[in-house]
Amino acid sequence: MLGGTLFDFWVGPFFVGLFGVTTMVFTLVGVGLILYGAAIGPTWALFKISINPPPLHYGLGFAPLRDGGLWQWITFCALGAFISWALRQVEVARKLGMGLHVPAGFSAAIFAYFVLVVLRPFLLGAWGYGFPYGIMSHLDWVSDVGYQYLHFHYNPAHMIAVTCFFTTCFMLALHSGEILGAANPGGDEPVKYGEHESIYFRDTIGYSIGELGIHRLGYLLAINAAVWSGICMLMAGPFWTRGWPYWYDWYLNFPIWSASGAQ
Amino acid sequence: MAKFHTLYTAIELIGPIDSGLPGESRGRPQQPLTGYSKLLGRIGEAQIGPLYLGTEGVISLVCGFVAVEIIGLNMWASVDWNVVNFVKLLPFLSLDPPPAKYGLHLPPLHDGGWWIMAGFFLTLALIFWWVRMYRRARATGIGVHIPWAFASAIWLYLCLGFIRPILMGSWSEAVPFGVISHLNWTATFSLRYGNLFYNPFHMLSIVFLYGSALLFAMHGGTILAVARFGGERETREIVDRGSAAERAALFWRWTMGFNATFESIHRWCWWFATLTPLVGGIGILLTGTVVDNWYLWGVKHGIAPDYPSVVDDRPPPPGLFDPKPYLPPK
Repeated sequence: MLGGTLFDFWVGPFFVGLFGVTTMVFTLVGVGLILYGAAIGPTWALFKISINPPPLHYGLGFAPLRDGGLWQWITFCALGAFISWALRQVEVARKLGMGLHVPAGFSAAIFAYFVLVVLRPFLLGAWGYGFPYGIMSHLDWVSDVGYQYLHFHYNPAHMIAVTCFFTTCFMLALHSGEILGAANPGGDEPVKYGEHESIYFRDTIGYSIGELGIHRLGYLLAINAAVWSGICMLMAGPFWTRGWPYWYDWYLNFPIWSASGAQ
Repeated sequence: MAKFHTLYTAIELIGPIDSGLPGESRGRPQQPLTGYSKLLGRIGEAQIGPLYLGTEGVISLVCGFVAVEIIGLNMWASVDWNVVNFVKLLPFLSLDPPPAKYGLHLPPLHDGGWWIMAGFFLTLALIFWWVRMYRRARATGIGVHIPWAFASAIWLYLCLGFIRPILMGSWSEAVPFGVISHLNWTATFSLRYGNLFYNPFHMLSIVFLYGSALLFAMHGGTILAVARFGGERETREIVDRGSAAERAALFWRWTMGFNATFESIHRWCWWFATLTPLVGGIGILLTGTVVDNWYLWGVKHGIAPDYPSVVDDRPPPPGLFDPKPYLPPK
């Protein structure tokens, strides 16, 4: 794609390309900074290590390395590595004459990460609103931000995202079970194909979406899970500052209710 | 010529309803409720039905209907049978389990008894639906991988509403039936037991849930990207590998140095999807029975992080901790 034939080679099974090189550079620098941050931090206990974003008083400015600056550069490297990886997938897909569905789907996940650590902190006016990089500390951040809005389950976009996650998992079980069942019918049964796969779902739930359709459905559900996760965080803070339970006031105060005699 | 085709085209074909394979009725009574949906045809197959009912199917649907009726009528009764209030407040209405004072005894109907009855019929509906999924798989001549994945979801449901309440000695521990009320239960449950994020089985369940979304995005994207080579005919590609499977494999091999096969990717997917509720149920069963506070459990096992004191960043108000006059930091 870019870089001509200079990086057009493989290392073992890995295709390199220009974006393979940029992925490696961003990854090595980013992981190196994480290790450095852990080294100057208080602990090597894996679950306790945390690279924290800058305190809020730095606003959107650069912070000293030891006071959130590492987090800023690690975020920069992470985004660089993720985007390079997506572009590398584009290169590989084009080499193989495939569609670009995989990098397009991956972009949804990059969008969710970008919202969390760049867009939402930018709109709120401080990098300190990003989440810390640590196994337990990012969970604490999720709890903390959730309770800042009293009860995050009431966030309508969060509801949609969770529904998409659960439905994706549900559909993945149905699809993978169907293919494994058709390919491994057990006993002396011959292997089955699309006809029987459709019969099974028409029999049981009255509709079979088909071999191509299930991949469209699963792909769209998975992408929506990531996109709505990003939207639910983008709404929390920049566009809604009260507790999420109060969001439903517009619904409860809808004129149609009082007009029709509800209490 | 093969009977079954997936046509990679925007044209929707409308013809006679495909009612299965001739000569292989396998006890499939024909159902009249069939048709075509142009809208569904935009994303997948346009044909709707034929649905197989069967004994377990009818029992399951009746039990499910009874459960939904019990829940809905209780909700309606809770707003004094006011229709407008019922519609308005439906997301907020709830059928709650019995209060703790009844323990595992049968409470009066108005005080949790209806909840037990709704749970009983809903459980029956799920179990009969499981039998139906199992027997239809056998009748169609495919493996029973879907029923066993489904059993994993039923396991989580039983952990939440049956096994854990019995272990705790009270039906009041179970989840209420209601849109908002089950979300309230979830948040309260996490707070009551000291932050469920510190529960390692909750962590694993989330990993498998997010992993499922990741896998379906990767797998769905791959198949759509090789649909131009007929890649969506997956079982054919499993037994007779073609260009679609070769390219899909090379894509991941060149991208991340490793590739699944058309069969093994479905094994990855099946285990991720099945383990999500399986380990989730284990996490539920341990909560309140073995571990009373997951945060303190995390502190005890050295996984709770220590944070820098925020007091260093923000000087406390003058005189808060120190009787001496306040001096700003230099």
